[in-house]
Amino acid sequence: MSNLLAGIVALPLAAALPTLVWPGAGRPLTLAAAGLTLAATLLLLGEVAAAGTVTLVPGGWTTGLGIVLRADGLSAVLLAMTAMVALAATLYAGRYFAGDPAERHFWPLWLLLLTALNALFLAADLFNLYVTLELLGLAAVALATLAGTRAALEAALRYLLVGLLGSMAYLAGVALLYAAYGRLDLAGVAAAIGPEPAAAAALALMFAGLLLKTAAFPLHFWLPPAHGSAPAPVSAALSALVVKAAFYLLLRLWLDLFAPVAGAGVATLLGALGAAAVLWGSWQALRASRLKLLAAYSTVAQVGYLLLFFPLLAALPPGPAREAAFGGLVLLALTHGFAKAGFFLAAGVVQRHAGHDRIAELDGTVQRLPVTSFTLALAGVALIGLPPSGTFLAKWQLLSGAIGAGFWWPVAVVAVGTLLACAYVFRLLGHLFGNAVQPAGRRLAGEELPPLLLALAAAVALGLFAAPLWDLLAPLSAPGPRP
Amino acid sequence: MPTPQLIYLLTGCALAALGLFGALAHVSLLQRVMALNILGGGVFLLLIATAWNGPGAPADPVPHALVLTGIVVAVSATAFALALGRRLRETRDE
Repeated sequence: MSNLLAGIVALPLAAALPTLVWPGAGRPLTLAAAGLTLAATLLLLGEVAAAGTVTLVPGGWTTGLGIVLRADGLSAVLLAMTAMVALAATLYAGRYFAGDPAERHFWPLWLLLLTALNALFLAADLFNLYVTLELLGLAAVALATLAGTRAALEAALRYLLVGLLGSMAYLAGVALLYAAYGRLDLAGVAAAIGPEPAAAAALALMFAGLLLKTAAFPLHFWLPPAHGSAPAPVSAALSALVVKAAFYLLLRLWLDLFAPVAGAGVATLLGALGAAAVLWGSWQALRASRLKLLAAYSTVAQVGYLLLFFPLLAALPPGPAREAAFGGLVLLALTHGFAKAGFFLAAGVVQRHAGHDRIAELDGTVQRLPVTSFTLALAGVALIGLPPSGTFLAKWQLLSGAIGAGFWWPVAVVAVGTLLACAYVFRLLGHLFGNAVQPAGRRLAGEELPPLLLALAAAVALGLFAAPLWDLLAPLSAPGPRP
Repeated sequence: MPTPQLIYLLTGCALAALGLFGALAHVSLLQRVMALNILGGGVFLLLIATAWNGPGAPADPVPHALVLTGIVVAVSATAFALALGRRLRETRDE
């Protein structure tokens, strides 16, 4: 049964239209849609674990004309992460936006963003991926404007133009691939593709566009202002989910499509960009004066860790070592999704209570907001990669794989990046847990619970219970066309 | 003797390169939005050129459908960028 795939795309879309017409019903409708989508993605996870791949051909149109939805282990775990983060952020947003005139615009755009994310993870052909990428970009930019300040509008406009440039580069690549192979479905192009000039040009164009959208160093310049000035639930989704979607597409194309074209040089270039991103992003996070800017630069660094896996995967032949490294890569992406969403939501609570998010003036926040301070510390544990977080396991896989394959430079980059991450997290904690006397503490408030659960998932659950992930992903780690 | 397909392909590439240069070189919003549209036009022309199946033969309909979708996306994105620019100007004046 593959109607689940249709449901995962259709549920948020079906809820988006009524919330546009009846803004008052936005909160309950979105909650219902997010809850049902989560249930559907968990069922899908079970189906994928049993069957490997789930495919839906809506309307029975044959390949070449119709839209095909397809889920494998990689898409299923990302869909599940998206649904969990989305539900937590939806619960949080209900309180965050209460009484805010921006609320009526938030719900429909939020649901469209979730629709675009789900459709992107399920799309099985190059053109649908383009359409979902554009839908995602437009919804994300519209959400980023909701703060309404001049800084937010300027950042959103830059985000929009950069996003359009990225999608146009991607579309030019699609045009070249269609001209060369006459197919658009991923499986068909993957079966036909060879090391030809057209394929190499398409690879360059598509990867350039996607690296821009993933905010890979040095194309990250648009991310910190856009993520740093959006409302908290939006920042959480942008950093945890939207960046991951572009990264997912990059990984998917590199593994499934461009394996015969992309040599070790492409992987080394991606790894070098990743290394620069780890060092630069962590350094900027350490220097950031505002809490949300710190989180945004930390995203730049975490994307860098994801890119560091590429040269390692390229060097490892199919087998247990490669499967272990691939599982580590996906686990790192998932953990960062939970941790960064929790961090941004908690930062939103701090910002609401203090009236600002200047780190130097947050001394003693723990006395007023004990739970949120704890949440920030937990998310920090996951960002650094201390045990038992998922990041620890992932970095462990990266390091043991790199040492086993004789790659020493990623080891040095991970070591320096982790030390810098310790520094920027503990600089923040030093202020939060500082001695300045603040009014007495409060009991747990409703909006503090979703970020706490997200941070717990990243710092504890994903580290302790991630073993099934490797079974689910093992068949996907080898390059080349999928059956 | 260049085929019509080659002419379309080269024109598409030239437009895309021009648009890319404009999008990167200009600072003004209107110029950048127009440059992105020219870039889009170049990419669409590339796609159209791939539809040609030789003289007399019917053209491949798939690229046309793709370009149609692409135009819809480009128009919406342009409208959104212009609206954002206007809101930005109003916010600046306050």
